Amino acid sequence: MPHTMRRRLAAATAVLLGATALTACGSSDSDDKAASGPVSLTYWAWAPGMDKVVALWNAEHPDIKVTVQKQASGDDLVTKIITATKAHKAPDLVQAEYQALPTLVSNDALADIAPDVAGVKDRFAPGIWQQTTFGGEAVYALPQDSGPLMFFYRQDLFKQYGLSVPTTWEEFATTARDLRKKAPDKSLTTFSANDSGLFAGLSQQAGARWWTFEGDTWKVGIDDAATRKVTDFWGGLVGEGAIDNQPMYTPAWNKALNSGEQLAWVSAVWAPGVLTTAAPDTRGKWAMAPLPQWTKGASSTGSWGGSSTAVTTDSKHRKAAAQFATWLNTDPVALAALVKESGIYPAATAAQTSGALAEAPAFFPNQPDFYTRAAEIAKTTAPAAWGPNVNVAYTAFKDEFGKAAKARSGFGTALTTVRSATVADLEKQGFEVAK
Amino acid sequence: MTQPPRGVRRSYGVKAAPYALPSPTTTLKRARSAPYFFILPAAVLFALFFALPIGYAIRLSFHKIEIKGLGLGKGARSEVWAGLENYTSALTDSELGAGALRVLGYGAVVVPVMLGLALFFALLLDTERVRARSFSRLAIFLPYAVPGVIAALLWGFLYLPDVSPFFYVLDALGLPQPDLMDGTPLYLAMANIAVWGGTGFNMIVIYTALRSLPAEVYEAAKLDGCSEFQIALRVKIPMVAPSLVLTFFFSIIATLQVFNEPTTLRPLTNGIPTTWSPLMKVYNDAFTGGNIHAASATAVVLALATFVLSFALLRLSTRRTTQGATR
Repeated sequence: MPHTMRRRLAAATAVLLGATALTACGSSDSDDKAASGPVSLTYWAWAPGMDKVVALWNAEHPDIKVTVQKQASGDDLVTKIITATKAHKAPDLVQAEYQALPTLVSNDALADIAPDVAGVKDRFAPGIWQQTTFGGEAVYALPQDSGPLMFFYRQDLFKQYGLSVPTTWEEFATTARDLRKKAPDKSLTTFSANDSGLFAGLSQQAGARWWTFEGDTWKVGIDDAATRKVTDFWGGLVGEGAIDNQPMYTPAWNKALNSGEQLAWVSAVWAPGVLTTAAPDTRGKWAMAPLPQWTKGASSTGSWGGSSTAVTTDSKHRKAAAQFATWLNTDPVALAALVKESGIYPAATAAQTSGALAEAPAFFPNQPDFYTRAAEIAKTTAPAAWGPNVNVAYTAFKDEFGKAAKARSGFGTALTTVRSATVADLEKQGFEVAK
Repeated sequence: MTQPPRGVRRSYGVKAAPYALPSPTTTLKRARSAPYFFILPAAVLFALFFALPIGYAIRLSFHKIEIKGLGLGKGARSEVWAGLENYTSALTDSELGAGALRVLGYGAVVVPVMLGLALFFALLLDTERVRARSFSRLAIFLPYAVPGVIAALLWGFLYLPDVSPFFYVLDALGLPQPDLMDGTPLYLAMANIAVWGGTGFNMIVIYTALRSLPAEVYEAAKLDGCSEFQIALRVKIPMVAPSLVLTFFFSIIATLQVFNEPTTLRPLTNGIPTTWSPLMKVYNDAFTGGNIHAASATAVVLALATFVLSFALLRLSTRRTTQGATR
């Protein structure tokens, strides 16, 4: 049968690739000679254009040479870092999403760089800084970018169907129903069970705190009142058929955005980049507004994604690595380059209103004040609380909410299952969990 | 004079003629050690890349991670002996059972259809009057050259109503449009990918067996008045039975190990959970949940089940075929 043979071939290739990777890693280890010869650092990152940003550093700092390696992105990179740490072959620096930090720290992959980065704390919003320190003295990473949630909608189609931009979630639901009445083949948006990060951000906006700890005991709040409110809201909309239930980031979804079958997308500040590739024909037709609120007149948002730069425990040049991480995430030149080359939204507050972000994204020529508004929204980001098994909760979310979205049967049971799966996993791993 | 016993003569010979040809003992010794020398590379590779990883996985499966306090920072995790804990939780996990059932359901479609088609095509290609034989053989075999992930992506796009030309045609003709990414049709959709990709390979195996049959058998059958159809049914199929068993055996193993197709299709639909097949669960435990110990236990269980199932089926089918031969 083909698959067996194919798999063998794949395994052989993997062995070969592994061997090359090993030699590549092996050549980089040298003693900490920060004072004498030049230091070379490896950096696993996935942000596009990161090599160009790093080239600026390398030009200025001949004594510390940084090499960017695109190993994987997001969750896959977390797995890779943990595996590399076990083999003591981790790179010096890694890009890690905020929600992955506790998992990485729990696997002893990230070094505490507090002594090397004294004084940078004030460059970031407290809600963001807290995610890299877990509220303690140790600093496990420096914030790089953030992804405050916003509401993106098709300005032209909203006008065509006589819809107004919702400011509360209640209005959001009414808008969805109105649209269905006026154009039964169109949806305001979809609830995607494919990306747990969006749901986490929406819950965060409502005030949810999914992982908290007291003393040595973790508390899992995944089905707290705030999350339940969010769950019931979206479950209701999917249940009554007011919005679509198909996952995001599929060819079908791209088509729905491009053809105007879906009129809006609850997304983050990085949405213009996604829309550019997913819906290329709609340039200049979208607009951004603050996320709808739970109470009228409030202003709060959650975040979806965003990542940090961390130094690994395997790094033999912690000081040099921390120095680079500080430059990358606080130096105006570096931040301007990150905005330009990688298209990120910087976490450093000064950079959010800097010249680099003076111009709106090319896909949004109709909204010249895009980043001015974004900076205002970013200030209102609610804090997030991550724990050591976010991946498990996220996987349970995909499975359970996927099932529930498919059945359009409400999300209540799914949420309970996600929480119990998360707690069960923590207990199985031996964490102390509050009942 | 009687011949001295062999041993005596040999030792005598050695003493008397040190310059003579190497003694029979050394030749024998060398002859005995030569096979070991020849299997050494294979044995080393087997030990390093097969036995050792398996041994390590088994070792992992009997251990677990113990966490102190909040589990943050240095020394918070230590590996401790777990006994059979990982095995009991793997065997009592309802998702693993459900995954196994899903895969068996999928296999119930894939294996008979794929092997049936492979046999059918092989017999067609083997008939005397067939035209464009090498072209047809290549055309049927070609999908096998497409990597599994690419095949799944390709078919995934064809299954999505919004981007699929099939659905466009169905829509234009006003025909009902099935949801291929959900429920029972999902099994058929997934099986279709495996059948599309696997038929060619199995056909080649069976076809090769058919080509190696002696022509006299056919001649005899023809003299006895057999039609082509009867030859196929009464002569060819029984004679290629060993190849059928072989392909069946491979197919069962590959079915139990299905991973590429559901993993690639998963992001496109709500209908495929992350634990759709047992291997996906192993992958998920190891690389998403970060629990390599539980994943190792599940992998060992899966390997044992595959081993038992495939050998049971193999024994059953060989008994059948030998019975058929003696009858």
